[in-house]
Amino acid sequence: MNTNGDNNTGGGRVRTAALTGVRALVLAVVVPVGSITLFVLSVVSIAFVPLGIGIVTTPWVLAGVRGFANWRRLVAAQWCGVRIPPAYRPLPKDANPWTRCFGLLGDPATWRDLMWLPVDMIAGFVTALLPAALLTYPFEGFALGAGLWQVFTDGTRVGWWYGFVPISGQLSALAAAALGAALLVTGVYTAPLLLRVHFLLTRSVLASGQGELAERVRVLTETRRDAVDTSAAELRRIERDLHDGAQARLVAMGMDLGTVEALIEKDPAKAKQLLANARKSSAEALTELRDLVRGIHPPVLAERGLGDAVRALALRLPISTEVEVELPGRAGEPVEAAAYFAVSEVLTNAVKHSGADRIWVDIHHSPEPGGMLRIAVTDDGSGGATVGAGSGLSGVERRLGTFDGVLAVSSPAGGPTMVTMEIPCELS
Amino acid sequence: MRVVLAEDLFLLRDGLVRLLEAFDFEIAAAVETGPELTRALAELNPDIAVVDVRLPPSHTDEGLQCALAARRARPGLPVLVLSQHVEQLYARELLADGAGGVGYLLKDRVFDAEQFIDAVRRVAAGGTAMDPQVIQQLLTRRQADDRPLGRVTPRELEVLELMAQGRSNAAIAGQLVVTERAIAKHTSNIFAKLGLEVSDDDNRRVLAVLAYLDQDR
Repeated sequence: MNTNGDNNTGGGRVRTAALTGVRALVLAVVVPVGSITLFVLSVVSIAFVPLGIGIVTTPWVLAGVRGFANWRRLVAAQWCGVRIPPAYRPLPKDANPWTRCFGLLGDPATWRDLMWLPVDMIAGFVTALLPAALLTYPFEGFALGAGLWQVFTDGTRVGWWYGFVPISGQLSALAAAALGAALLVTGVYTAPLLLRVHFLLTRSVLASGQGELAERVRVLTETRRDAVDTSAAELRRIERDLHDGAQARLVAMGMDLGTVEALIEKDPAKAKQLLANARKSSAEALTELRDLVRGIHPPVLAERGLGDAVRALALRLPISTEVEVELPGRAGEPVEAAAYFAVSEVLTNAVKHSGADRIWVDIHHSPEPGGMLRIAVTDDGSGGATVGAGSGLSGVERRLGTFDGVLAVSSPAGGPTMVTMEIPCELS
Repeated sequence: MRVVLAEDLFLLRDGLVRLLEAFDFEIAAAVETGPELTRALAELNPDIAVVDVRLPPSHTDEGLQCALAARRARPGLPVLVLSQHVEQLYARELLADGAGGVGYLLKDRVFDAEQFIDAVRRVAAGGTAMDPQVIQQLLTRRQADDRPLGRVTPRELEVLELMAQGRSNAAIAGQLVVTERAIAKHTSNIFAKLGLEVSDDDNRRVLAVLAYLDQDR
């Protein structure tokens, strides 16, 4: 609805109503013309697909349909604040007509558009016409009352019906004017709501349906379960490592120190040796804690972010690794961590199995709507890597899935292997 | 010798102050945040700064950044960086200006007070003190690469490792329990194998080794 501060005052309300009337009128004219034309063209074009001509024309026509639908999305948001999110699948930019055509036809959003057109040409037209009529029709009543009735009748018979008022003279013409006034008042109060109804109707057909939502919910449930499982396993591992490692060493250290306390006067030489032992235990406990911390949240990642963390990681690998980073900011901490561990896992795989001499890591972020973090890890090894049950890569895939990220592996036998990861995220 | 110390954990700061004072260092300032460190370094003009990598308020690598900035303002300002973890990435940044007088050690190295104080003195004198872990990583990596280092004998590798940490021939000889002349022979062999000019300067020696280890990656 109009968000002007004055839309509750009389003048504001009339202005809003006038604007609504004009908008409804525009819609009442454009809607049937547009939707009928586009529907006919779409049906004909899709019918011609088997003949071949349709393959070329369909993308054009469907682009028109999308344009029309997107225009409605735009005005719905601007005029009435009704948001209708588009849900089109992205098409490759330089695809040939064949892939474009079938890509478009395979998109459920396209079929929603096509189903919407007949609904729009009837129900959409009516719901746009009603507010337009409510705001324009009264003026005919005023005109009649002002003397226009004389054109239709000489006062002896009914010459014109205004609504349900038969006009046969000045008196009935004034009744028509009164009806017009009543209609106008109704229109001023209800037209914005009616136009909103029109857009809500548009949304109910155009917005992605229940099926897609159900699919999304299924995916989210699955990735959430994975995330919970992974973090539970991670916590178990950390607990076990602490219990078997650092904790045990600290206990040993305490015992050594206790013995030192008892021995220090009786046998200083032995006490000294135990002290050295205790110091060694503490150093080892620290080393283990350090490794553990690296496994939970690597220090360089915390200090510098993804780019330098991967660079530092590359420096520790036994295979020479080139890292290219193009990140204008930092991603959210959970995304950074997921991306880091994904890269770490892929690199570990490459070191263990690929037999490569060199590895290249490329990290960049493209600011397209919503943003996308892209990471490619390439090695010149022998290839043959697969994403399958039990492979490290499927673990990476699940890890990324939590963030709606995806993983693609190209690894023909004989190499090279290229692992690409994409995580939608914004940089700060 | 006047020391500026930056460490945010009270216990460790206190311990370091006591340790350094026990070895006759004068603590010019013991601070706990990055901005305080920057101010102390600019105003007090210490002989050496002992700095924790991670400092408040950002709790990222603020200490390292302050130290690097201070070294840009006063080239060659001796800086010993302490950290809970050591990364080659940071070691490189410290060594990058080639001016010497840098150290980068794990915090646990203070357990061995003598060695730690030795490292502080070495850095203050314009030498280097690199943590054995950094060197170890570099050397493993290079051996896996099968480059000229592959021809270095295990004993020479030991010498190289200590040399890269910043030790002098005398210190290496002491540690390996051999004569200084034997070490001198080893080092000249290593330099020959690596194709480096021999130099008496400890600092240049380390930089040369690190630069070599670093090249053509």
